[in-house]
Amino acid sequence: MTKLLIGNLNEVDIKGSRKLRVGDTEIALFRLSSGEVLAVENRCPHKGGLLSEGMVCGSKVHCPLHDWRIELHTGEVQAPDTGHVTTYEVEVDHATGSLYLTI
Amino acid sequence: MTVKRKKLILIGNGMAGVRAIEHLLKLAPEAYEITIVGTEPYPNYNRIMLSSVLAGGASLDEIIINDLEWYSSFNITLYTGHTVTSIDTAARTVYTDKGVTAAYDELILATGSNPFMLPIPGTEKEGVIAFRDIKDTQIMQDVSQKYSKALVIGGGLLGLEAARGLLHLGMDVSVVHIHEYIMERQLDEAASRMLRGELEAQGMKFLLKKQSEAILGKKRVKGLLFADGEMAEADLIVMAVGIKPNVMLARSSGIEVNRGIVVNDYMETSLSGIYAVGECAEHRGIAYGLVAPLYEQGAVLAKRLAGAPTEGYAGSVTSTKLKVSGVDVFSAGQYIEQPGTKALRFQDETEGIYKKLVIQEDKLIGAVLFGDTNDGAQLFSMIKKGENIKGREKELLLGIPADALASPKGNRLEGMPDDEIICGCNGVTKGTIAEVITAGGCTSVGQIKACTKASASCGGCKPLVEGLLQLYAGEAAVTVKEGICGCTTLGRDEIVAEIKRMKLTTVKEVMHVLSWSNEEGCPKCRPSLNYYLGMLWPEEYVDENESRYTNERYHANIQKDGTYSVVPRIYGGVTSPAELIKIAEVAVKYDVPLVKFTGGQRLDLLGVKKEDLPKMWEELDMPSGHAYGKTLRTVKTCVGSTFCRFGTQDALGMGIRLEKAFERLNAPGKVKLAVSGCPRNCAEATIKDFGVVAIDGGWELHVGGNGGVHVRATDLLCVVKTDDEVLEWASAFLQYYREQAGWNERTAQWIERVGLDSIKQALESPEERAALVERIQKTLSLTTDPWKQIVNTPELRKNFEAISLPETV
Repeated sequence: MTKLLIGNLNEVDIKGSRKLRVGDTEIALFRLSSGEVLAVENRCPHKGGLLSEGMVCGSKVHCPLHDWRIELHTGEVQAPDTGHVTTYEVEVDHATGSLYLTI
Repeated sequence: MTVKRKKLILIGNGMAGVRAIEHLLKLAPEAYEITIVGTEPYPNYNRIMLSSVLAGGASLDEIIINDLEWYSSFNITLYTGHTVTSIDTAARTVYTDKGVTAAYDELILATGSNPFMLPIPGTEKEGVIAFRDIKDTQIMQDVSQKYSKALVIGGGLLGLEAARGLLHLGMDVSVVHIHEYIMERQLDEAASRMLRGELEAQGMKFLLKKQSEAILGKKRVKGLLFADGEMAEADLIVMAVGIKPNVMLARSSGIEVNRGIVVNDYMETSLSGIYAVGECAEHRGIAYGLVAPLYEQGAVLAKRLAGAPTEGYAGSVTSTKLKVSGVDVFSAGQYIEQPGTKALRFQDETEGIYKKLVIQEDKLIGAVLFGDTNDGAQLFSMIKKGENIKGREKELLLGIPADALASPKGNRLEGMPDDEIICGCNGVTKGTIAEVITAGGCTSVGQIKACTKASASCGGCKPLVEGLLQLYAGEAAVTVKEGICGCTTLGRDEIVAEIKRMKLTTVKEVMHVLSWSNEEGCPKCRPSLNYYLGMLWPEEYVDENESRYTNERYHANIQKDGTYSVVPRIYGGVTSPAELIKIAEVAVKYDVPLVKFTGGQRLDLLGVKKEDLPKMWEELDMPSGHAYGKTLRTVKTCVGSTFCRFGTQDALGMGIRLEKAFERLNAPGKVKLAVSGCPRNCAEATIKDFGVVAIDGGWELHVGGNGGVHVRATDLLCVVKTDDEVLEWASAFLQYYREQAGWNERTAQWIERVGLDSIKQALESPEERAALVERIQKTLSLTTDPWKQIVNTPELRKNFEAISLPETV
């Protein structure tokens, strides 16, 4: 488990996303309307769609390829589809806006 | 209680046996005192779901079918972790390895199967397992934490499920298969190849035509040696080459055994009072390894034990439905063509869909579906029924619209026996569904799903469930009022009227005021509200980028691998050597893998990385071609009077003028125009949303054409004399479409819906046209080129790049 400083809150738009690569893993970072910042592996379990390019609705992202819905808190694919996406812990330092990712 | 209950013992606490007991308890709850003995330390769980557990999609708790409470609620005595070692058939007593002795009047053997382990040296080594039960699943999870290389021997259903699970656990997985193509028992070669392609794309590797010779390693497995002398490394070997009925106990008890325990049509073995059901049973020479037949057997056995009439079990036509990492595969019946059979095939490699029907003497005898298995349940039912399909073959192959299905399906469902399985995933019979509708008061598919789990898993049987709902609920069947999406029950016109009436100004406000059921909407309603608000309030509304689809957010078309394509605008399809050189240089510089002419007379640079997009736009220094949006795409032209011998008008000039006038216009759907310089119509203007065709001394204006999904020829709107009138009518028509159509409704669909006459009427008066022209001009005057805007705005540009390189804290 490593903790990485990955950037600042103001670099991610609300209901928007940014991506980053750590080793061989591409990670999608999301900032929700609630203010939370969540991170999941940037790969839809269906056909490998980039979740970072999807539409964020509440705490779910819709994969841009075939509209699979993924709950960003848990990484669970929502019914009627099934599957799971790896989630990563993100901490926000609200004093500085720094974002830390644990991988 | 005066009647003494008979003692019933079930050996084997798995899906088939417990299913029979469940059924029996419904038919004759008071008849037996039941004891169940099982080797595994768990209550009855769904073995089919083990792959989901492996993939992390379900927990162990979630795959339990009958929890301990269920057993106690029916006063069933349960011995888990006990194996029955012998049956004294004379004394009607069973003995377990833990010293329990139990007497029976009736005995069911549901001992299931054992995984078949290849008879090769080394199978006893650590790290060599099967994929059969919870324990195997747990071993795989543990091994994946410490080791990386896994081999799965067997490219059948079970092997692929195991391999998929191991992939999910992060292991490097190769599937070893003795045949040339995988799943040869369920698929024909074409479907098998497509499946392999999909799986390879997900990281699965294959070693085909490989016969395993020996497992290498000292204490723990190190590798696998093949008959051809080659070797593959492995930290884990999963054997998934097959299963064999577990008949040891039956054989040692003197019960007739062939491959499985031999049973008749009533699941009775050779000894009276002893029955066998499930994978351990052999019926008319066949031991089944799939869930649906086992449930059918269970239903027959339950009736037998309850003394209810039954015609017995006549064997099953089996179907396979598999979902490997999102790939749907289905096959049923005799799906390989034989002499005397005919096949119909449909293969669409762009969508990854393959369908094949095998027909003999006008009857459907087999089917393979790949990528789209929605019709599986229906085709399977037809195969089983052996109904004549003459004249409907193509319809069946290409799918039938649901509404057209209603009546024949009703008839077919009516004749179906009550114990026929409708939902193979959850073993729900027609009778059960009928009961929850007639006695349980279910009036929608959703309620049936909640009550019985029918259609809750793969959804393949949904058409049948819908059909049963129609059949039993008739008028009472509820079709929930459909809004523009699942978040609302309001239709387009209601929403637009409310936005106008209350002057709602943001997507969030609309959702809030109109009581959306999902707080932040979905990818259907968000873009549509964004469009309606922009159309209604062009000056005040700030477009919500986050409510647009990927393509429109990044102003490029996302491709299947996550790269994008760039299509610069080339007005009227007319370019110049200088422009071509510029495009070529950019394509070379950014290593663009594919350069292609589009159907709309421009150049498409495909396979561009997202982070390169802004730089390319900057260097191209051309406007966006909007090849990605619900907006004006291209204006296709012919050469016209500029060069053509037949040209009566300047089609190029008119095309360029139209394209410059309407570029960047937001619309409900994409808008395509074309201009032909003479009635030969080389620009194919009569299949465009707005088509202009030159005639001697004027222009014909055509509307509502489509050359895409549903080909529709245009209707003639009117004939005008001057170029300016073409612009006026085009402006008025497009603005009227913008104001009246639903989001995502192309002009062709819109005209079909509202009728040409209503449009002609709306555009009839010059005053009305002038007002529409003014409104569209206002909207157009507020647009800017998106590429330029992104290039010059760091706040927007940042979203095209990865967030700064991470540093360790």
